[in-house]
Amino acid sequence: MSLEIIDVTKRFGQTTAVDHLTLTVPEGKMFGLLGANGAGKTTTFRMILGLLLPTEGTIRWQGESIDYSKSHLIGYLPEERGLYPKLKVQEQLLYLGRLRGMKKADIVPEINRWLERFHIRDYANKRVEELSKGNQQKIQFIAAVLHRPNLLILDEPFSGLDPVNVELLKEAVLDLKRNGTTIVFSSHRMEHVEELCEHVCILRSGQAIVSGALRELKRSFGRKNLLIRGEGAFEELKDFPGVLRYNQTAEGVRLQIANEETAQAIFRHIADRVTVRLFALEEPSLHDIFIEKVGAAYE
Amino acid sequence: MNKFWLVLGHTYVTKLKAKAFLITTAITCLLIIGLANIKTIIEFFTSDEQEHVAVIDRTESLYKALEKQVNREEITLTKITDMEDEAKRAVKEGEWDGLLILSMDAEGLPEAAYYANTIADNRTPEELERVLNELKTALSAAKIGLTEEQMAVLYQPVPFQKVALEENAKTEEELNQARSLVYVLLFAMYMFVLMYGGMMATEVATEKSSRVMEILVSSVSPVQHLFGKIIGVALVSLTQFFVFFAVGFTALKMNGQELWRFLGFDNVSMSIWVYALIFFLLGYLLYAVLFAVLGSLVSRVEDVQSAITPAMILVIVAFMIAMSGLNMPESAFIIGASFIPFFTPMLMFLRVGLVSVPMWEVALSFALLLTTIAVLIYIGAKVYRGGVLMYGRMNIFKDMKQAVQLTKK
Repeated sequence: MSLEIIDVTKRFGQTTAVDHLTLTVPEGKMFGLLGANGAGKTTTFRMILGLLLPTEGTIRWQGESIDYSKSHLIGYLPEERGLYPKLKVQEQLLYLGRLRGMKKADIVPEINRWLERFHIRDYANKRVEELSKGNQQKIQFIAAVLHRPNLLILDEPFSGLDPVNVELLKEAVLDLKRNGTTIVFSSHRMEHVEELCEHVCILRSGQAIVSGALRELKRSFGRKNLLIRGEGAFEELKDFPGVLRYNQTAEGVRLQIANEETAQAIFRHIADRVTVRLFALEEPSLHDIFIEKVGAAYE
Repeated sequence: MNKFWLVLGHTYVTKLKAKAFLITTAITCLLIIGLANIKTIIEFFTSDEQEHVAVIDRTESLYKALEKQVNREEITLTKITDMEDEAKRAVKEGEWDGLLILSMDAEGLPEAAYYANTIADNRTPEELERVLNELKTALSAAKIGLTEEQMAVLYQPVPFQKVALEENAKTEEELNQARSLVYVLLFAMYMFVLMYGGMMATEVATEKSSRVMEILVSSVSPVQHLFGKIIGVALVSLTQFFVFFAVGFTALKMNGQELWRFLGFDNVSMSIWVYALIFFLLGYLLYAVLFAVLGSLVSRVEDVQSAITPAMILVIVAFMIAMSGLNMPESAFIIGASFIPFFTPMLMFLRVGLVSVPMWEVALSFALLLTTIAVLIYIGAKVYRGGVLMYGRMNIFKDMKQAVQLTKK
């Protein structure tokens, strides 16, 4: 019981937007889709929603394909933000909620709850065009989750928001997840995905280059990062066995090492030579994994 | 189906509540009331404008006859003593509105000269000239020795009757009335399609440009959405038309009896109204689908105008042909064109309104029209589905192709 994307390909004429993509999003989990612009994220989402039909392959949600009869189970925040500019917030949410199959009487308390939560209670009777971009985005988020969907698709939910509002939205997303909503979201910011998702997929030119459970990915990656701060000669670590990458930082070095044993060896090696203020062994970041797989820095 | 009604209701209510819509409706209603009362209004402004004209009569005989025959509601004549320069000065100073000098020419027939500060307003001199012409005719006739009976014979127009032999053919009087009614209805149809077709396309383009469309089409199928919009806008326009009609009807009945009778609304058979309604609705549906689809292809409201121009031209051409057909409803060209679906609503209506058309021809044109609407809806739904997801520069035919492609696998 999950969202399954099985060997899906989408071609627009000559161009291939999504290329034999296979993904499984377990129910109740948060899934992050990473990729630069044009990597195929939005096309994938549109296919999940049934707005576009895959050229090849199948997409299933709880074993069935998604069509308009299920639209009340699904929430969608498109990347292209847009609402009726002339309509008042309340009217707008009422209309969109009813289009998702809700009853008017059920919508109003839900709207109030969300507006309260996002600190925009006073805007209920303002026209959308009078709101700031950030607040419009909150309204749009509310429109996507108002009907308590089982499957929530968020296309770049945090782009264009200030840090305070990003936190506000993140909290809301995590709450929804705790209530059992399956969430798929895309971002081009690695740290958001790393922070929120149990499962990730990195797309490049329509292909999944990294895909799986985040913890699993990190564990099997093996390599770790070693952060050292202090005074002394770090240069000789460049050729230390097991050091794969060497970066000088303002107060020390940042190393990528093959395994934990290397860290032990380095620790012993520098103990007498350097005044160490910080010695930290870190999990590899998604970024490291990406660089390793693609051979180039992200973005 | 439920969502179709939601879209319909939403479109209807928001359009109806829009300030611009309310203002336009109010202004148009005022115009209609004004038009129905045009005679009263003109009279109101001209009633106190009596022209005071001084007359110097050198013939010593014409003044009495002139005063008797001139329209006394508009012109007051005063006979003055023969002091031309002084009289002209009096006109300049505004004491008189004009000065008329009557004299006899060598043959004993009247001559006249009219002096006024400006001669921009023609009504007074024309009225004087008309009366003088009559007087002159009477004088000449008297000189030759014609009696009044002989004069009457001379001026009687030729009796000229037009009679239609075909059994169902309309009599001349009926035809004239039908013609003016058909004209009014054709014009209404034309205005309706132009106004609300544009509204339709703008509606769709606005939703697209505000990018709310992607949320909409993820919760309601584009086809339901398209029809919700089309019927919604149609209901808005019918509401507006109903208001106009009610206002116009009342105003005409109350004040403009003459105009009412001139338009021949009193004795027109019921079937014309029924045909008008059917062709009206089908015509609207045909063009609304076309306009909605064109609207779905553009991504900015500013581009709507250029996108719908081809469809607009189609409507205008149909109207032009219909206008030329008013006087020749049986020409082969009109008959042929009335089977072209885009022209059928206007031209076939024109034909059934003016001449008797065989039933099979009406049925055939209906069938063609309905088929075209069905095909257009089918293609339209496809283009619409893809079109609403497409943003970017526009090129109608390429975009249509691309939009259809988006709906494919």
